[in-house]
Amino acid sequence: MKTLAQHISEISPARAFRPVAVFVPWVVCVLLALAVHFVSPLLVNEYWESVLQRMGVFIVAAVSLNIVNGFTGQFSMGHAGFMAIGGYIGAGVTYYGSLILHGSVGDPNFAVQGTLLMLAGLVAGACTAAGAGYLVGLPSLRLRGDYLAIVTLGFGEIIRVLLELTPKQVSDAAAVKASPIVSFFGFNGATGFAGTPAYANLFWIWLFVAITCVIAYRMKTSSSGRAFLSIREDEIAARAMGVDLTKYKVRAFVLAAFFGGVAGALYSHTGVNPSPTDAGFQRSFDIIIMVVLGGLGSVSGSVLAAMILVLMPELLRDLQQYRLVLYALLLIVMMLVRPKGLFGVKEIWDLSRGDRKQPVGKGGTP
Amino acid sequence: MLEVRDLSVSYGAIRALHGVSLRVERGEIVTLIGSNGAGKTTTLRAISGLVKAQAGTIAYEGQSIAKLAAHEIVKLGMSHAPEGRGIFPLMTVEENLELGAYIRHDHSEIAKDREMALTLFPRVRERLKQVAGTLSGGEQQMVAIARALMARPKLLLLDEPSLGLAPQIVQTIFKIIRDINQRGTTILLVEQNAHMALQIAHRAYVLETGAIAMEGDAKELAKSDEVRKAYLGVA
Repeated sequence: MKTLAQHISEISPARAFRPVAVFVPWVVCVLLALAVHFVSPLLVNEYWESVLQRMGVFIVAAVSLNIVNGFTGQFSMGHAGFMAIGGYIGAGVTYYGSLILHGSVGDPNFAVQGTLLMLAGLVAGACTAAGAGYLVGLPSLRLRGDYLAIVTLGFGEIIRVLLELTPKQVSDAAAVKASPIVSFFGFNGATGFAGTPAYANLFWIWLFVAITCVIAYRMKTSSSGRAFLSIREDEIAARAMGVDLTKYKVRAFVLAAFFGGVAGALYSHTGVNPSPTDAGFQRSFDIIIMVVLGGLGSVSGSVLAAMILVLMPELLRDLQQYRLVLYALLLIVMMLVRPKGLFGVKEIWDLSRGDRKQPVGKGGTP
Repeated sequence: MLEVRDLSVSYGAIRALHGVSLRVERGEIVTLIGSNGAGKTTTLRAISGLVKAQAGTIAYEGQSIAKLAAHEIVKLGMSHAPEGRGIFPLMTVEENLELGAYIRHDHSEIAKDREMALTLFPRVRERLKQVAGTLSGGEQQMVAIARALMARPKLLLLDEPSLGLAPQIVQTIFKIIRDINQRGTTILLVEQNAHMALQIAHRAYVLETGAIAMEGDAKELAKSDEVRKAYLGVA
């Protein structure tokens, strides 16, 4: 079996620039996104396409949360807050940008520029979320476990309440042009921000799914990935090995928040109106469940768990009101059968190689 | 090589160390012995930057390191094998060793040091692919020391390597510690097992409730009445 170090030395022997290793994954990302985009309409109807969109968004959310909760072992419960920041900023850029540049929103003639606006909004939303991630990451240097969980939970609730307090949405192009900055924060309070055109088609969503997964997996298998995992296992020992705790904890939060923001921005461009409840803890829990179920630290685990958890309520729809009971029951059974999540810290392709003995508990036998 | 003067450390309102001074010369094994709660681990952690010193100076090779962060101190060539073995239980032994060389990028030299560490600890070589948490206590301790060696330290800090181990394994580990020293690594050894520590050390300090109570040549201290009574259990 190859060790992580061998993988790393194969990927980057002495940091040499290897164009194949660098570019191939990104080409694969684009191809995968194109495949999903063009193949799925042949196989499924529009309803299931929307399920596929939702699935993609939650894969991005779960994989990004895994960077904090899985790789570094910090328990963040405010991921929905980052998603909401990305979602609102992204929607705001597209909506108000369209009003300013075109005078109306969602005009089919404006679709190309609108898509560019969405991408700009996505970057803006993700960067704002990353900034928030930096702020939330700082307390993680002093707090751990339950206490950090409470802080991050509080963060999500603060975002939710702030969004409820935002002023009314401005839909008049002239008014927006007159005072663009003030109108930009017109996120329509508790009612939710409506009217963002659905520019995030399957191609864009699955492109970002692929990008997020490649980046997360590379982080995990790089030397900084090793640093993340060492923090999760023993902070004192990690510091004694020369791992800069501050740098890596904050980096994990910033990256997780960035891609959380991407997920949120994509979601608000699928025809779903972002509303303050999107920042609430219910949504955060949904994502945490995906990460835990997939296995803390497993990228492919998060992907699979997000797929299952998005699909399950849809597949159980025939059972009507009992479906949520069954959904919860399935979660309990899954955790009983696989207490470390689907794959633990491993990836799906590691499973066949069973030559690694897993310890029973932390520390193992004395 | 290492000079600690008037080191004081508090945890909140509790003062763990009040004015500890000690010195380690190049090539020595210096041991810091004392009973539970005397402040041995705290002293070691303050030196390697894992806890902040309130007062006092720590000079390493002429450079003040009291204000440096732990990861910067590791880069200066000081490596710390933490108490209670402090290994990464879910990683393989091999991955543990690789993390020991985390600060280094000279791949061919790392491979040499790995080979040396594995020569010193043949048991670790046998267990390379195994998840570290499944190892026995003695083996885990060996991994912790081997891992600390992977940073190619000039000064190696060992925190209670005998903790909770069978006497026979303690013997083996102490013999290897002496080997490491003879290969040119200076060692500061914190121990509760004064008997073993005084056997291999050149000089020793006795720590009592946060202050140095005695110091001197290890062989001399082992003969002194106070040490014999308090730490060696002989009347």
